[in-house]
Amino acid sequence: MQRPVALAVRGLSKRFDRPAVEALDLTVYGGEFYALVGPNGAGKTTTLRMVTGLLRPDSGTIHIGGIDALADAIAAKQITAWLSDEPMIYDKLTPFEYLEFVAGLWRIEPGIAEARARELIGWLGLAPHAHERCEGFSRGMRQKVALAGALVHDPQLIILDEPLTGLDAGSARDVKTVLRKRVAAGGTVIMTTHILEVAERMADRIGIIAGGRLIAEGTLEELHRKTGKTAASLEDTFLMLVEQPVAAE
Amino acid sequence: MTWLAEHELRLGWRDWLSMMTAGRRSRMRTVAIALIVFGGFMHLLAWSMVGGYAATGTHPDKAALVAVTGTILLSWSLLLSQAMESVTRAFYTRADLDLILTSPVPARRIFAVRIARIAVSVSLVALFLASPFINVLAYIGGPRWLAAYGVVAAMGMAAAAFAVALTVALFRLIGPKRTRLIAQIVAAVIGAAFVIGLQIAAIVSYGNLSRFAPLQSEWLIARAPDVSSPLWWPAHALLGDLSALMLVVAASLALLGASIAVFSRRFGDHVIAASGVSQSAVRQRQRRAFRNGSPAGALRRKEWMLLARDPWLVSQTLMQILYLLPPALLLWRSFREGASGFILLVPVLVMAAGQLGGGLAWLSISGEDAPDLVASAPLSPRRVIWAKIEAVMQTIALVFAPFVAALAFASYWAALVAGCGVLAAAGASTLVQLCFRTQARRSQFRRRQTSSRIATFAEAFSSIAWAAAAALTAAGTWLALAPALIAAGILAGARLIAPRSA
Repeated sequence: MQRPVALAVRGLSKRFDRPAVEALDLTVYGGEFYALVGPNGAGKTTTLRMVTGLLRPDSGTIHIGGIDALADAIAAKQITAWLSDEPMIYDKLTPFEYLEFVAGLWRIEPGIAEARARELIGWLGLAPHAHERCEGFSRGMRQKVALAGALVHDPQLIILDEPLTGLDAGSARDVKTVLRKRVAAGGTVIMTTHILEVAERMADRIGIIAGGRLIAEGTLEELHRKTGKTAASLEDTFLMLVEQPVAAE
Repeated sequence: MTWLAEHELRLGWRDWLSMMTAGRRSRMRTVAIALIVFGGFMHLLAWSMVGGYAATGTHPDKAALVAVTGTILLSWSLLLSQAMESVTRAFYTRADLDLILTSPVPARRIFAVRIARIAVSVSLVALFLASPFINVLAYIGGPRWLAAYGVVAAMGMAAAAFAVALTVALFRLIGPKRTRLIAQIVAAVIGAAFVIGLQIAAIVSYGNLSRFAPLQSEWLIARAPDVSSPLWWPAHALLGDLSALMLVVAASLALLGASIAVFSRRFGDHVIAASGVSQSAVRQRQRRAFRNGSPAGALRRKEWMLLARDPWLVSQTLMQILYLLPPALLLWRSFREGASGFILLVPVLVMAAGQLGGGLAWLSISGEDAPDLVASAPLSPRRVIWAKIEAVMQTIALVFAPFVAALAFASYWAALVAGCGVLAAAGASTLVQLCFRTQARRSQFRRRQTSSRIATFAEAFSSIAWAAAAALTAAGTWLALAPALIAAGILAGARLIAPRSA
């Protein structure tokens, strides 16, 4: 049976003062946990910002759930959620009010949105602080609120940029648990991370991006096969794959 | 101590440079040219304002002393306000405090230098702003007027000394948690209170808005101390009396020295206390259910909630309303006496609406704390912007409706003109902010002018032009078309020179 495609990117390019992303092709399937890894400045965030409509590509196509995201951005956004590495929430709103605001933006029926908000707040351990303003929250709590905001409108595709940066072990586990539940329920998660162990343990497939190009992609075993060292860790495989094109240049 | 002073001065200079160039070194030449043009304009303005007073002798009468001392007090209250802001920032801005407080240098020395830096920066700003007036007076009336530079520097030092004492007193009275907000509000009130107080006195006594009228009143002059009183030393010093100047500068230096000696010892303790203040949890009343509504409605509600829950922003916003008190009093007085002075209220309302609208528009459009969230929502950018503009305009309508309604009791025509003018000025300021929108944190509200000087000037001149148009319309003259066209031209110009990405 052919798997549904959650995200299809073809020939995506973006140039600032130098090329940031070059002719990138990427396919992520429904119900898949996809990790995008790469060195600093590889083009991971730029790629994902183009997918979420936060940045206009110079060329290429983006289809989310079969919708042309460049031609019908509103419809594509309706089924997508974006979580940046820096949790952007409103200090003067409570988590509950923040989720109400997000639900309002995505036009979610209030009864459904409220039930989801309560569920997410419970899952993420935010219940004791649900009606406190976010201004005094730690980074981990802010990240959890932002994650709840990304999930409250029940997106088909959730895209996260370094969601575990700066989180303590407990908060990181809460976030990972919620993401796993999301994938188990049929959702698609695309995540960038510098923590290769997280990609190794959580992702169904891993994409390695360097110099704005997708240089390797596949399951952990497939990546190992590409380097010819099946017993290597993802870290070793990653470094070998990333250094290859650099050495070739 | 010397290297520390050098370090502080270097930081101060770079901070100023960054503020002037909005962090872009490439703008240095433009800023230099703008400063020269601004300086030239200020000298012309100073010529028209104070040129006639250059002949005032070194032995003035009581009336002149009252007027000069009043002007000094008026300026000093503004310096005190600015110094309080700086001291509050020194307490609460973490920046390099962790490094400083963990270094083996005694904190007392560091904060002594830091208080001195505040005094120097307050004095330098005052000298910069006063220089066109002093230069014009010295050019026309002779070099004795250059003594005014010394007086201004002394005022800066005294302001810094009082600001440190006031802020530390607040710290001890209400604790570090509340001092931050209260000190900023007190600073703003001090800056506005003297001007507003004089205006109210002028309205009550003379029926006009001139803040100088009470300073020229016979009642005040008759009750003022004799010309030999030490109260007039600053005025004598300003007029070129060198012995008075020495005394004033010495007194200010002594005040600053005492302030440093007394407070620098404890300053470190207060800074540590301030940095230890954690933001306590503020619980909001739990509502029963999520509300139904459009995405635009959700955006509007969010804007209002954020504004209403930020006491500092509310205080800054209300401060602009505070300036409406004197004209409101004038309206009430005119209405009671059947006079037509209320016409004066029309441009004041329009001007205030323009300024308030610009501030609110910046908060709503540029000061969006979750730009990615809003941009990734299934809404077109046009709808997002419209919702934000609606939030601004509805707030403006809410604030100004009572004033316009009160004006309607005196004159329907004036109320209609004021209402239209308020909407036009606020709308124009919002459009300017829209043209020059950048991404910033709400907490950067106080420095919003630095992101675009052109936007600041366009907003100010647009408000002035709309106020003039409204005043002339209220007076029933077709000349109103001229400032209205200028206002439209300013908007068109702003649109043309706005960055393409905006």
